[in-house]
Amino acid sequence: MSAVTAGTIERASDEPWGPLPRRLSIGRIGLYAFLVISAAFFLIPLYVMVITSLKTMPEVLASNVLAPPQAPTVQPWIDAWLHACTGGDCSGLHPGFFNSVKITVPAVIVSIGISSLTGYALSFWNYKGANVFFLLLVFGAFVPYQVVLYPLILALRTAHLFSTLAGIIIIHTVFGMPVLVLLFRNFYVGLPIELFKAARVDGAGFWQTFFRIMLPMSLPITVVALILQVTGIWNDFLFGVVFAGRDNWPMTVQLNNIVHTTQGVPEYDVNMAATILTAAVPLIIYFVSGRLFVRGIAAGAVKG
Amino acid sequence: MAERKRRKFPIAAIIATIPLMIEAVGVYIFGIGLSIYFSFTNTRVFPSYKFTGFGQYTRLWTTDVWWTAFKNIWVFGFLSIAANLVFGFLLAVFMDQRIKQEDLFRTIFLYPFAMSLIVTGLVWQWVLDPNYGLDATMHGWGWTSFHFSPLNDSRTAIYGLVVAGIWQGAGVTMAILLAGLRGVDAEIWKAARVDGIPTWRTYLFIALPMMRGAVATAVVLQCIGVLRVYDLIIAMTGAGPGNSTMMPAVYVLQMLTDRQNVAQGMAAAAMMLAPVLVVIIAVGIYRLVSGRKAVVAA
Repeated sequence: MSAVTAGTIERASDEPWGPLPRRLSIGRIGLYAFLVISAAFFLIPLYVMVITSLKTMPEVLASNVLAPPQAPTVQPWIDAWLHACTGGDCSGLHPGFFNSVKITVPAVIVSIGISSLTGYALSFWNYKGANVFFLLLVFGAFVPYQVVLYPLILALRTAHLFSTLAGIIIIHTVFGMPVLVLLFRNFYVGLPIELFKAARVDGAGFWQTFFRIMLPMSLPITVVALILQVTGIWNDFLFGVVFAGRDNWPMTVQLNNIVHTTQGVPEYDVNMAATILTAAVPLIIYFVSGRLFVRGIAAGAVKG
Repeated sequence: MAERKRRKFPIAAIIATIPLMIEAVGVYIFGIGLSIYFSFTNTRVFPSYKFTGFGQYTRLWTTDVWWTAFKNIWVFGFLSIAANLVFGFLLAVFMDQRIKQEDLFRTIFLYPFAMSLIVTGLVWQWVLDPNYGLDATMHGWGWTSFHFSPLNDSRTAIYGLVVAGIWQGAGVTMAILLAGLRGVDAEIWKAARVDGIPTWRTYLFIALPMMRGAVATAVVLQCIGVLRVYDLIIAMTGAGPGNSTMMPAVYVLQMLTDRQNVAQGMAAAAMMLAPVLVVIIAVGIYRLVSGRKAVVAA
């Protein structure tokens, strides 16, 4: 309201008001044309995905990928969720969804919990030699996964955790830690040291300071870490297919199996419905979190 | 109230960093060491510790499929990174022109990055389907000379992957470069305008060099992504047709699983690690020489 009032007042005077008038020059039209064409490039696959998933198979084969459905149907979505086949198993995508939930929830909690604590220890309690471990961990963020995959398989096999839920949760924690620890350490380093000193003067020890002071204060960065981890783990394919085991295969793995099953005629409408269903969770998080998501990317990206 | 003696050696902190120590030493020193050691053995499925020399590396570099993977990652890496940088920078510059609906455009450009590469691969496989995809659509609309269905031809399949890579990565590059652009001192723009330098030259020759950090971040992010590219290949081409879109990461995984030839896979993995090590050591030396502290992250 105040902005409107201010505007009205200024408008009453003879002074020029408002932002500089932008002439709709040829340059400006070109600018918007470029942005709109680019937006179309980014949106077309989403559009194709949605409309294909709303068609019946005869219509998919008779029309083209850009044509809107004549008689929209949600049957492909139901089939994708309940009946889509991989090999002989025709239970659809829903087991994969629940597996992904079972993997993502604990893996996110464990990885963020450990990383937050580690970041706190590294920033306020940095003992001699701790930085060596930290630098090694940061180096780990750049290492191609394939280089450490086999030793991890061996380690989990030895511990009888290979192809188990616990195993895949450990793996996600291991590969989440480099970025997360960096994120939390840098956040805690940015906090005023007086806060820490005050807690110490009041007699709080290592754990008390962490749980009572630092953990509640780290809420903003924890939300960023949460977005980063939920989308990252939900979208994972490689670790799921290697470490989770057939019974725990996440949604991405089942989706890929459903689409690339060699039995029968490919059902493009069901495939696209399954693809949207798999993308739904990260997409919802993305659209809801908005700028926080961008912050998460920037935080994850700033490593060197 | 509680004990207040100060410990020189904070035991609690050491306990809290045990996971860090295990991971740093166990995974990134011991793990990498073990992987490299296995590349000098004949390990098939279960570990064999008998040293057998450089045989796996000779075999690797005389394998056609590995050469394909090696060439592919350069082609895919160079094309997708270059395209993402140019496209991302253009988008960032255009977004910087006091655009209406900036948030809407940002959301559109960036959403592919939120989705799994499996999803990206499957969608583009469908859009580029030779029988029902873009080709058929354009032909149906009367543009019969239109031809873009790269995936079913072994000579062009890699370009289909590049398109998907651009779709997935250009938005992130835009976001990082836009943040860099906004970080450039506002005085610079005024000075350039006073000197009568055209806007495009200001962007290209003044702003771009000033946002080296953002460009470096974008490039590093892209390089890591290219080196790790696996899901996209599996979903979109399955490394085909006929191994024509093989990539190092896929090669290693095939050796670990289907081919049951761990030692060969580890030799390939060591080759993937080599460029990372070279770059990290080079950056380390550069920082030592230029006297800067090796500060991690900004």
